[in-house]
Amino acid sequence: MTDTIAATVAPGAAGDDVGEARSLTQDAWRSLKKNKMFWISVALIGVFVLMAIWPSLFTSKDPGFGDINNVRATPSAEHWFGTDTQGYDIYARTIYGARASIIVGILASLTTLLLGGVLGVLAGFYGGWLDALLSRITDIFYAIPLILGGILFMASFPNGANSNYFVVVGKVVLVLTVFGWPTIARLMRSSVLQVKPNEYVLAARALGASPWRIIRSHILPNALAPAIVVATINLGVFIVVEATLSFLGIGLTPPAISWGVAISDALNAIRTYPHILLFPSLFLSLAVLAFILLGDAVRDAFDPKSR
Amino acid sequence: MTTTTTSSAPVSDYKPDADGRLLEVDDLHVEFHTQEGVAKAINGVSFDLHQGETLAILGESGSGKSVTAQAVMGILDMPPAVIPSGAIRYCGQDLLTMPEEQRRKMRGPEISMIFQDALSSLNPTFPVGWQIGEMFRQHRGMNKSDAYAQAVRLMERVAIPAAKERVKQYPHQFSGGMRQRIMIAMAIALDPAVLIADEPTTALDVTVQAQIMALLAELQEERQMGLILITHDLGVVADVADRAAVMYAGRIVAKAGIDDLYARPAHPYTRGLLESIPRLDQKGQTLAAIGGLPPNLTRIPAGCAFNPRCRMAQDVCRTDVPALRDVGQQKSACHFAEEVLNG
Amino acid sequence: MGKYIVRRLLQMIPVILGATFIIFAMVFALPGDPTVGKCGERPCSAEYVAKFREEHNLNDPLVVQYGKYLGKFVQGDLGTNYYGIPVKEDLAQRYTITGRLALMAIAFEAVIGILAGVLAGVRKGRFIDNLVTVSTLFVISIPVFVIGVFLQYLFGIKWGIFPATVPSLDAPTSSLILPAFVLGSLSIAYVARLTRTNLVENLRSDYVRTAKAKGLTKNRAVGVHTLRNSLIPVVTFIGADFGGLLGGAIVTERIFNIQGVGGYIWRGINSRDGVAVVSTVTVLVIVYLLVNLLVDLLYGVLDPRISHD
Repeated sequence: MTDTIAATVAPGAAGDDVGEARSLTQDAWRSLKKNKMFWISVALIGVFVLMAIWPSLFTSKDPGFGDINNVRATPSAEHWFGTDTQGYDIYARTIYGARASIIVGILASLTTLLLGGVLGVLAGFYGGWLDALLSRITDIFYAIPLILGGILFMASFPNGANSNYFVVVGKVVLVLTVFGWPTIARLMRSSVLQVKPNEYVLAARALGASPWRIIRSHILPNALAPAIVVATINLGVFIVVEATLSFLGIGLTPPAISWGVAISDALNAIRTYPHILLFPSLFLSLAVLAFILLGDAVRDAFDPKSR
Repeated sequence: MTTTTTSSAPVSDYKPDADGRLLEVDDLHVEFHTQEGVAKAINGVSFDLHQGETLAILGESGSGKSVTAQAVMGILDMPPAVIPSGAIRYCGQDLLTMPEEQRRKMRGPEISMIFQDALSSLNPTFPVGWQIGEMFRQHRGMNKSDAYAQAVRLMERVAIPAAKERVKQYPHQFSGGMRQRIMIAMAIALDPAVLIADEPTTALDVTVQAQIMALLAELQEERQMGLILITHDLGVVADVADRAAVMYAGRIVAKAGIDDLYARPAHPYTRGLLESIPRLDQKGQTLAAIGGLPPNLTRIPAGCAFNPRCRMAQDVCRTDVPALRDVGQQKSACHFAEEVLNG
Repeated sequence: MGKYIVRRLLQMIPVILGATFIIFAMVFALPGDPTVGKCGERPCSAEYVAKFREEHNLNDPLVVQYGKYLGKFVQGDLGTNYYGIPVKEDLAQRYTITGRLALMAIAFEAVIGILAGVLAGVRKGRFIDNLVTVSTLFVISIPVFVIGVFLQYLFGIKWGIFPATVPSLDAPTSSLILPAFVLGSLSIAYVARLTRTNLVENLRSDYVRTAKAKGLTKNRAVGVHTLRNSLIPVVTFIGADFGGLLGGAIVTERIFNIQGVGGYIWRGINSRDGVAVVSTVTVLVIVYLLVNLLVDLLYGVLDPRISHD
C-alpha cells in the first residue's frame, strides 16, 4: 500500500510534469503496441476511412445504377453481395455508404471534442462565475437526450427531396455537436480540477507563467487522454445515431447513399431477402465496433489500474 | 486455550502442543505466476509461534513478510499465487492440506488478522458495528441485536469513546486511529489464538502509533494470544516483541531475541537497517542508508540475495546461498555471520 | 434530506427553463417556416399562416413568445396538435403504455444486465466472462432498430412466440416483453459491462481481503460485501441512461407499432406537427430530470459516504 501511494505521489512532488506526461504517453504507447485489439481496430478504421475517401478503389460498379431486371438477387460472382429492391449492387452501395457514416462520426467527434474541451477547460481552470455559468449551460444541454434533440432538430429542419448531400450531413453533424458536447465538457472540467491543485501547476503559477502556457503545457497533457478516449467511443455512438435518424426518415434520405438508408430500406424486406439487410448492417457494426475497441484499448493503455 | 470457557465461547477443537506451540511454518515457498514471469516471493521460510509470544517479522517492502502472513491466513489469491512446497501447521494440523471449508471456519475464531490501511480495509458501505457483529452472526449464528451488543462491548474494550452511539456510524466517520481500533476489535472478536498484525501502525500518526501498539500488547497479554507483528519499522516493535525474524527477498536472513537483534546484529542487512534509524545519541553524524534496492523477485541474484548491496560481499556470496545457522544465541544466514556479530 | 431535495428542485428550474427554451427556439424561432407541410404538399394560404402566427405569438420577439408558451405550459396547457386536439389529452392516453415499456426495460437492464455482469466478473477470464464480454460488444455495435426488427421477425413472425405488433393502448404486459427487451438491449449490454468492471475492481479491494480474513464464505464476500459497492455506479448509469431510453422509445414504438408517447412523437414528426413534438419532448425532458434527481437520492442511500445534508 505504501508503495503504491509513494509511486503516485512521487512524480508530482518531483515537479517534473512534462517528463511524467511523456513517460505516461510512452508507457501507454508501449502497452498499445502489444495490444492485438488495438491493431485490429486501427486496421479496420483505416479500411473504412479509405472507403470513405476513395470508394472507387474498392469497386468499379456505379452505386447509382439500378438494374430493374435484376432486383433482390442473392450474392453471385457478378454482384458479390447481391442486389437490393431497386436492383442496385449492394456491394457498391455498401462501399459508397461508408462515406456518410465516417464523415458524420469523425466530424461530430472532432467538433464535440473541440467545443466540449474548450468549455470544460475554461470552466475548470478559471472557476468562479465563469465556471458557474458554463456548468449551468452544460447542464441545460445535458438535459436534452442526444436522440431526442436530434429528432427534434431534424424534424424542425426537414430535408427537401433534393437537399445537398453535404448540407444534410452538415445538419446531422451540427445536431450531434450541439447535444453531444456536454459529456466531454463535464469530463474535461473534472480532469482539469484534478490536475490544477498539483504542486507543479501551483509552482508554474507562482513563477508567473501565463494561463495559456499553464493550460497548454501542464493541464492538457494530463487531462486530454480521457476526453480523447470518450470522443473515440462516442464516434461509434454518433454513427449509430446517424443511422437511427435515417431509419426514422429524418436523417439522410434517398437518393443519398448511406448505411442507415440502406438498412432502413432493407428492413422492409427482412422476411424474404435477409441478405439485403446483412451487408450494410455488418459494415456499420464493424465500424462502430472498431471505434469502441480503439477507445477501450487506449483507455486501458492510459489507465494501468484496469489491466 | 484454557479449559475454562464461557457458554458464549465454544471450546476450540484445536489445542497447542505441550510447550504451547500454536503455529509452525515449515520451509514455505510461495510463487506468483504472472505474465512477466514467475516471482519467487517466499523461498523457504520457517518459524514457529507460541502462546503468549510476540514475533516480529521485519523487512522492506517486497521482502515477502505480507505474503507470508497472507499464506498463513489462507487469503492469497490462487492463482496467481502458487504454494509449491512447505507446510503451515496450526496446533499440529497442516492448513495447506486442509479442506477450504474447514480452513475458512478457522479464520476469525482461531487465526485473525488486521491490516495496514483500516479505511480501505473496512467496507465503506456498512456501519462499523455491523461489520464487527458480522463475526458473531456468521461464525456463531447470533441474531442481529445480540451481535450489535457484542460489537459495542468490543468497541468499548478497544477504548472507542461513546461506543454505543458510534456503533452505527460508518468507517469514514472515524479518525485513522479509531478505525484501526475497530479493525482490532473485529479481529479479536472471536478470541483467536493467533493474531497477525500486518503493518498495523504504518498509516497512522506517531502518537497514535504508540497508542495502538500499547493496545495490541495489552490485548495480547490479556488473552495470551500468539501475536505476529509485521513491520518495516524497527522502532515500532522494540518494546513489544519477544523475538524477531528479518526477511529479505523471500527468506528469513536473521532470527534473534529482540534484545540481541538490536544490540548484536548478526547479519549485515540487520545491521544496515539498524544504522538507518536516526538516533538521538548520534546526532550530527551522517545517517547510513543501505545502498541500492531490494531485488526484483523474478530475478533474485545468485548466491546470497543481499550480495549486490552488501559492503562485506565476497566471491562466495555471489555463488553460494548461505544457510540460516546458529550464531551464538541467534540465527543468521550470512557466510560471515561471526565477523558481523563480533565486528 | 428535505433541504437537499428542495435545493435540487430549485436548481432544476434554470435547467428546465434553459432546456425548454432550446427546444422551443429550435422549432419556432430559427429560420425556416413552421407552417411548412402543415397544408399537405401545397404552401399554406396566407390566411392560415396569419392565423398560425397569431396563435403561436410568432409576431412577438422570441423571448416574449417563449414566455407566453411557458405561461400556458405551467398552467398545464401543452397546446393543440395538428388536428386541434389538446396535446395533454393525447399524452394522458399514451403515457401508461410507454411507462410500462420503460419500467420493463429498466427491469431487464437491472436483472439481466447485473446478473450477466456478476457472472462474468466472478469468473473473470473464464468462458462465461468471454461470452458476456463479446456478446455485449456485439449488442453495443448493432443499432437498436436493427436488433428490434430482427427480433420482431424471429420471435414475432417466424416463431410467433410474441405478438409482432402491439397497437392497442391497453395491451397486456406479456405482449410488451419483446419491445421492452429491445428497448433495453443496449443498456443491458452497458450495465453488464459496467457491473463486470466494477466487480472485478472491487474484488481486488482491501475490504474484500478483510472479508476473507474474517472467515466469510465466498458467496458472502462477493454477494454482500462487493456487490453493493459495485452497483452504486450502475444505479447512476441507469439513471443517466434514462434519457437514452426515452429516445429509444421512439424507435421501439415505431417498430412495434405501439401508440405510446414515442409513437406519438414519431407521428408528430411525420405530420410536421411542431406543437405536439415540442410539448411532448419538453415533458420527457422534465421527467428525465426528475428521474435523475431520484437516482441521486438513491445514490445517497446506497453510499453512506455521500451525504445529502
